[in-house]
Amino acid sequence: MNIFVLMKRTFDTEEKIVINNGQVSEDGAEFIINPYDEYAIEEAIQVRDKHGGEITVVTVGNEDAEKELRTALAMGCDKAVLINVEDDVEESDQYTTAKILAEYLKDKNPDLILAGNVAIDGGSGQVGPRVAELLGIPYVTTITKLDIDGGKVMVVRDVEGDEEIIETSLPLLVTAQQGLNEPRYPSLPGIMKAKKKPLEELELDDLDLEEDDVEAKTKTIEIFLPPKKESGKILQGELADQVKELVSLLHTEAKVI
Amino acid sequence: MARKVLTLAEIRDGSLRNVSFEAIAAAKTIADGGEVVAALVGESVQSYADELIYRGADRVVVVENEKLKNYTPDGFGQALMAVVDAEKPEGIVFGHTALGKDLSPKIATKLNSGLISDVISVEQTGGNFVFTRPIYSGKAFEKKIATDGLIFVTVRPNNIPALERDESRTGNVSSLSVDIKDLRTIVKEIVRKTAEGVDLSEAKVIVAGGRGVKSAEGFEPLKELANVLGGAVGASRGACDAGYCDYSLQIGQTGKVVTPDLYIACGISGAIQHLAGMSNSKVIVAINKDPEANIFKVADYGIVGDLFEVVPLLTEEFKKLKVHS
Repeated sequence: MNIFVLMKRTFDTEEKIVINNGQVSEDGAEFIINPYDEYAIEEAIQVRDKHGGEITVVTVGNEDAEKELRTALAMGCDKAVLINVEDDVEESDQYTTAKILAEYLKDKNPDLILAGNVAIDGGSGQVGPRVAELLGIPYVTTITKLDIDGGKVMVVRDVEGDEEIIETSLPLLVTAQQGLNEPRYPSLPGIMKAKKKPLEELELDDLDLEEDDVEAKTKTIEIFLPPKKESGKILQGELADQVKELVSLLHTEAKVI
Repeated sequence: MARKVLTLAEIRDGSLRNVSFEAIAAAKTIADGGEVVAALVGESVQSYADELIYRGADRVVVVENEKLKNYTPDGFGQALMAVVDAEKPEGIVFGHTALGKDLSPKIATKLNSGLISDVISVEQTGGNFVFTRPIYSGKAFEKKIATDGLIFVTVRPNNIPALERDESRTGNVSSLSVDIKDLRTIVKEIVRKTAEGVDLSEAKVIVAGGRGVKSAEGFEPLKELANVLGGAVGASRGACDAGYCDYSLQIGQTGKVVTPDLYIACGISGAIQHLAGMSNSKVIVAINKDPEANIFKVADYGIVGDLFEVVPLLTEEFKKLKVHS
């Protein structure tokens, strides 16, 4: 089976956000594989181990993403592709990223494409479905279970806490929801092997794309932090009195009850 | 400049979702004096049309088809594209719901358009509509504009106020017949796992538990409190990882991002990843044994104490309040 995983490098979830010159500062920040993409990688490995085939993990970014691609290879992916847009793309949005990924994938005959359902930085959740639509293949988002039997596929989709049991077929794009699996940690032999696995670097030119072809259709004009919260009120006294006071405050001061 | 804006109405458990009314309100702003058309898509949905007019839609286009009983991206995509082809809107607004998140990128791609998702406010500055949306799960925000194609946005539930319901409003309701075919994904079954009624993303009150809840049974008092307040129960990653509850309840940077009127955090320490998911709630109450817990830094009101003592007392007090008011 020809499997592709769409991966994004993101800020670690424990990072605080600092804004410098109107941009989110990356100084000293820890980066990770987007947690939802980790589920996608783990699922890809399980599918390959069961059905055979090869996994290519693909990212759009700059050379810093090599580290996360190596981690994906160490987990068990077979090949990695970095589409380096640092020199070509100044402003990008989900339209840009999806267009580049689809252009890369269009002649690769993928059977299965996996991605995270959302990236924890931009949080748009658009790229997966956009790529599927550009490739003309079906998609199922926020999946928590995937069963492939020949060409037939059964998927469980999380819909705001309820489950849809969905029948579909390959080729298919799915986006991973939490609960799909437990991503493995790269093993030491895995890390050693990853160093020798192929990591290909491409630029827009290699995909016959011009900068204009992928020009963003939306633009960020400002980034700001939420207003600092005033310290709250810690109630004092007997617990029962504190509870009475709290209910009264919520009712009369905060007026939310 | 007046423009025509299309919204998609969503039905859940036999009623129109509140976020659909919020989407109409956002559409009205973007329309800037132009027409707001609501698309109503499903197997048998005509009866909901008047309510959409009362809530501010100028016109409703109904697409009914037995193949639209359950949502599928292909089925709803075909229905929506037929409405778009007929109406040629310059703006589109969906709710940022499971359906909206799933369908909007497909429609945006078909229309070769940008899409600004998870919008929490709309303002007009100069000739532009500026949309504010959270990034890093609410640790920061960005303001975005559409630079090419349609103005296409999804709006996060609970953030843009719906218009006042007005039964005296009238508007045309028309039907559009669409041939729905070649569905490549089929919904075989829907398994209900959520408690009746209140969805986390739309809940006005959330009672959330963390590691301090200690077990699945430990969530019972939280559920009682949520019931009394007509709210929903949520959890931190710690509680989900420990197996006390389902991942679908998880609030945080991984998990759901919520903005209820009242968030009651019980036995939650307040890891950054959790705070990202809830710190933009209007009012936050923290209950924790540890006075140094991080959660108190974002809380409006805090009680230092054992949640198993505090939560039942709170439930009783709120019951009394309900009786008196």
